[in-house]
Amino acid sequence: MKVPVSWLAAHCDSGLDPERLAERLSMTGTEVERIGIAGAPSPDGFVVGHVVAAEQHPDADRLRVCTVDAGEEETRTIVCGAPNVAAGQTVAVALPGARLGDGTKLRKAKLRGIESAGMILSETEMEIGEESDGIAVLDVDAAPGTPLSEVLAISETVLDLEITPNRPDCLGVYGVAREVHAITGAELGPEPWAEDAEATGEGDVSGLASVSVEVPDLCPRFTGRAFTDVTIGPSPLWLKARLSAAGQRPINNVVDITNYVMLLTGQPLHAFDLDKVPGGEIIVRTAAEGERMTTLDDAERVLDAESVLVCDRNGPTGIAGIMGGQVSEVSDETTSVLLEVATWNGTNILRTSNLLALRSEASTRFEKQLHPDLAMRAQIVASKLMVELCGARLVPGTIDVDNRPASMHPFDLGYHPARSDALLGMDIDPDRAGEYLTRLGFHVHGSAPQEAIAVTVPPDRHFDVIREIDLVEEVARVHGLDEHLPATLPGRGGAIGGLARHQVLLRRVEDLIRDAGLDEAITWSFVDPARGGLAGLDAIEPVVVHNPLSEEQSVMRTDLIGGLLAAAAHNVARGAERVAIFESGRVYLPEKPPPEGGPLGGRFAGIRPSPIAEPHRVAALLIGELTGAGWRRAGRPADFYDAKGLIELIGAGLGVPVAFEPEPRPFLHPGRAATVLAGERPIGWIGEIHPEILGRIDARSGAAFELDAEPLIAAATAGDERYEDVTTHPAVAEDIAVVADSGLGAERIRATIVAAGGVLLGSAKVFDVYEGEQVPDGKRSLALRLEFRAPDRTLTDTEVAEVRAGIVSALEGIGAELRG
Amino acid sequence: MLERIEQIREEGRAAISRASDAAAVEEARVGFLGRKAELTTILRGIGELPPEQRGPVGKTGNEVRRELEGLIDEAKARHERAELDDRLAAEAIDVTLPGTPPVLPGHLHPLTRTRREIEDIFVGLGYRVMEGPEVEHDYYNFTALNYPPGHPARMLQDTFYVDAGSLGPDPALVGSDGEPLTVPPGPRDVLLRTHTSPMQIRGMEEQEPPIFIIVPGRVYRRDSDATHTPMFDQVEGLAVGEDITLADLHGTLLTFARAVFGPDRDVRIRPHFFPFTEPSVEVDVSCFRCGGTGRFENDRCSLCKGTGWLEILGAGMVDPNVFGFVGEHGYDPDRVQGFAFGMGIERIAMLKHGVPDLRMFFDNDVRMLEQFR
Ligand SMILES: [Zn+2]
Repeated sequence: MKVPVSWLAAHCDSGLDPERLAERLSMTGTEVERIGIAGAPSPDGFVVGHVVAAEQHPDADRLRVCTVDAGEEETRTIVCGAPNVAAGQTVAVALPGARLGDGTKLRKAKLRGIESAGMILSETEMEIGEESDGIAVLDVDAAPGTPLSEVLAISETVLDLEITPNRPDCLGVYGVAREVHAITGAELGPEPWAEDAEATGEGDVSGLASVSVEVPDLCPRFTGRAFTDVTIGPSPLWLKARLSAAGQRPINNVVDITNYVMLLTGQPLHAFDLDKVPGGEIIVRTAAEGERMTTLDDAERVLDAESVLVCDRNGPTGIAGIMGGQVSEVSDETTSVLLEVATWNGTNILRTSNLLALRSEASTRFEKQLHPDLAMRAQIVASKLMVELCGARLVPGTIDVDNRPASMHPFDLGYHPARSDALLGMDIDPDRAGEYLTRLGFHVHGSAPQEAIAVTVPPDRHFDVIREIDLVEEVARVHGLDEHLPATLPGRGGAIGGLARHQVLLRRVEDLIRDAGLDEAITWSFVDPARGGLAGLDAIEPVVVHNPLSEEQSVMRTDLIGGLLAAAAHNVARGAERVAIFESGRVYLPEKPPPEGGPLGGRFAGIRPSPIAEPHRVAALLIGELTGAGWRRAGRPADFYDAKGLIELIGAGLGVPVAFEPEPRPFLHPGRAATVLAGERPIGWIGEIHPEILGRIDARSGAAFELDAEPLIAAATAGDERYEDVTTHPAVAEDIAVVADSGLGAERIRATIVAAGGVLLGSAKVFDVYEGEQVPDGKRSLALRLEFRAPDRTLTDTEVAEVRAGIVSALEGIGAELRG
Repeated sequence: MLERIEQIREEGRAAISRASDAAAVEEARVGFLGRKAELTTILRGIGELPPEQRGPVGKTGNEVRRELEGLIDEAKARHERAELDDRLAAEAIDVTLPGTPPVLPGHLHPLTRTRREIEDIFVGLGYRVMEGPEVEHDYYNFTALNYPPGHPARMLQDTFYVDAGSLGPDPALVGSDGEPLTVPPGPRDVLLRTHTSPMQIRGMEEQEPPIFIIVPGRVYRRDSDATHTPMFDQVEGLAVGEDITLADLHGTLLTFARAVFGPDRDVRIRPHFFPFTEPSVEVDVSCFRCGGTGRFENDRCSLCKGTGWLEILGAGMVDPNVFGFVGEHGYDPDRVQGFAFGMGIERIAMLKHGVPDLRMFFDNDVRMLEQFR
């Protein structure tokens, strides 16, 4: 909402300069987005001039040489190209040095040999209108030399306000003036609708027009007034200047009046050429499904059965509350006008406006629901201007189809100062509160401070202030939160803060991966259904976004690796040789959320389960070297075992035994892929990325994993440890070498040893692998370190030998034998 | 005999001091104190001497032996030390060559770091941290937060909706008739949450007052330009009890702002409008670059654009209508009151670290990520 400051000051002059006023407005809830200037940057150098003489330029057909009295001792010579300049006119003059609206500085200039000491301005040059084929003739009685700004807003300061949706009253200058009155205490001028125009027309409006409203729910009020003897013409400059500064293009006096009154009161109006409304009959109804009409902007609109139309006998003349039609548009030939001021159902207007993707100054006001009382205010203000500016005669009577429901009748609210103070944590004197409410237009009953102050809500605030809490807000903001609100901390009431166990452990996982050298990435939740060319990932039907911004972000991701590969591609394309990244985030699966498992599993608080499953995952991708190479050590691209080492690091950090079982996946190297288990439970996959996929992102190597966070963290023992005595009876360590077929998995051998070792075998770890001359072809030797321990005694050599013998025979059972 | 012993003393002293390295010292030890040395022989044959000589010879002989032993140990230590010094000197390296890199730690994303920082501040103030769904019911995202039907935020141009047909079999609460989305979207639809505020409702459904929670998480809006990404991160806060006031909100956010931006910061509160809070406010923190003056290094401060203030969040007192939706869970609008707030993590991270463009957070360029520890 653009509010020209001089217009605002005409209704409430705060005496503050625009910056101070803007700050005050911002601090009380009306944000000023910008303080702009309409017209020239400064009023300096613009004066009223009197054309003493206008003669033909001797050397140019289209130029006139004017003698202008600008209130100085001597007249000025100004060369002017406008055809309409003539002696005797009062005009706007820019003197050399003045800055025009486009920023250029006016200088003396020779035009075809004659020096011009200034410029006679057109409306366009003053930025108040569009008639540029001639200079603007001022219809004011001002002495030559009078600063132009005294008769015209040549350089208008404009406040650009961001009006919150609950305050349609501030979509009118007078509403803003009331707000300024409330927050500054400056005097508020009389309501512009206090006095009606005199009806000097003939007969009664009922003889000229009639209105029938078929949808009273959607049209709580429809008023109409008729005007005869209308003379269409341009609006006076002051009106054009105000409209232009407020961002409205002047058109003709009747249309300008409707716009001006809307900008002043916040209530939109519509003018019909009454002669083009057959029989003066207006019908308000809903459209037929698919019904079409052409709006003022020359576009054909297709409506649905919930859209409301204003029609004449022959069909639609306008879309209610949104835009008029061309059928009965006011034109230069118009002599009688029917002025419609109606109240529409805001929700319906918003709906239709969205359906048509058509928003207008009117619809943005109506959609916030205006009160029916506003209609007559606008009729009255417009009537006076029609008489004054168009020479019109107001036909006696007003058509008023008032179908307002009981919910739009006036109501009272009680304001309890004690309750307000308890909510705000700030004491406000009840008398002051009453005064604030009065200034805001509420009618306060009684005077002495009581337990409760009863107020009547004005129509401007009927839909916004409906509860006591809303009054509290009004009082608090006018009182000044910034100035008066204390800063205290709430009592805890026994609440205990802290991170939940899963949050602590998830942070631990992230920190472990980070400290192993990886960078954390955050990739988009919505992805390309074609996975940006990285096809071959697991095929899960994704959750589809109905109205995506682009195809590339049109489905919800079902894995993290896709985003990591895309991020890696971004980096590789920019020359990165090492991309070690991970992500800790959710995937979105089209299935019911699990019945348990907490937030990491996608089970959230609330009595309604979430619509889908959103398990949290942790994934990593290693391209190039993980550990930095230096001058002493050659680098090596990270491979399966580096990725596996990361998972083992996480397992060790959480106290989770992790295991790996070979299992191919389409996007992984078929011989270097495995399922990851936490205990017995599969929690994800690990592997080297398939060379075909690596090729698509120009990477030569890539190892990755993706794990479900919930089962991983649920299995964690970190934090639940119990002390175990391992020092009183130390362990006995022994290294063994096991020879077996190369195809026999290391974990199979180790598990066999662990099982055979029983309670006395504390641990068994593979620490070397050998294939070569010392072992037969097709076989390999694994070196393991065994630790034997009993909690209650130090083991004897005999005891260890017994356990060892058991291990040997168990190994023989799987075709492995002890070497040496 | 005694004379001979004195001679050996002199000869021994001379030989030890002449020895130029550890080997020569060892040679002297063997020569003067070894099993076949003269002094050893004399002392070994002491019993064969006449009785009157045994005392003086034994005394002097042992005295000389101890003296030579001491000298030899001393010389040996001296020479060994010198030899070690020589060896170490030969082992000198070029200390100016680059070190061998250990596995250098990687980097948490700046948004994660900022989120954790915010979480930790509120944990310190007694809050719990909760998570909520990103694919959410209209009910939690709009209806229960007091958004009227047909509110502009519900429109298709602002909010991402999800195709009901893609939600899997029999999704909870979604149009079981499998109807396509309605225009305007209806209260049974499923959407990508537009804010973390739905967790106010879910949180209150789960826990009776008093409740102090914050909820970090991803949110989505249909905006994409220099200052908006369609996905971004928020932190919601909710504090409800019997006597929690707007002044408590002020103090809480002042504490928060000082914890994040420094102890000299101030906050200012401007009235605003949100459907689910009343009164509603927007909160600015005084600019930490220019100290709130709007001027920095003799120029207009570019961070706060000369205003001295940075907008960081929206907040307000929970609207009684919102309590109405969770009344059965212990939130009687006549008995409880409290505040809620919501802030953008990207905004705070950008302010704190001078990140110029929001979109950089989602490029995942390692050259950017590696600037943050
Ligand atoms: Zn600043």
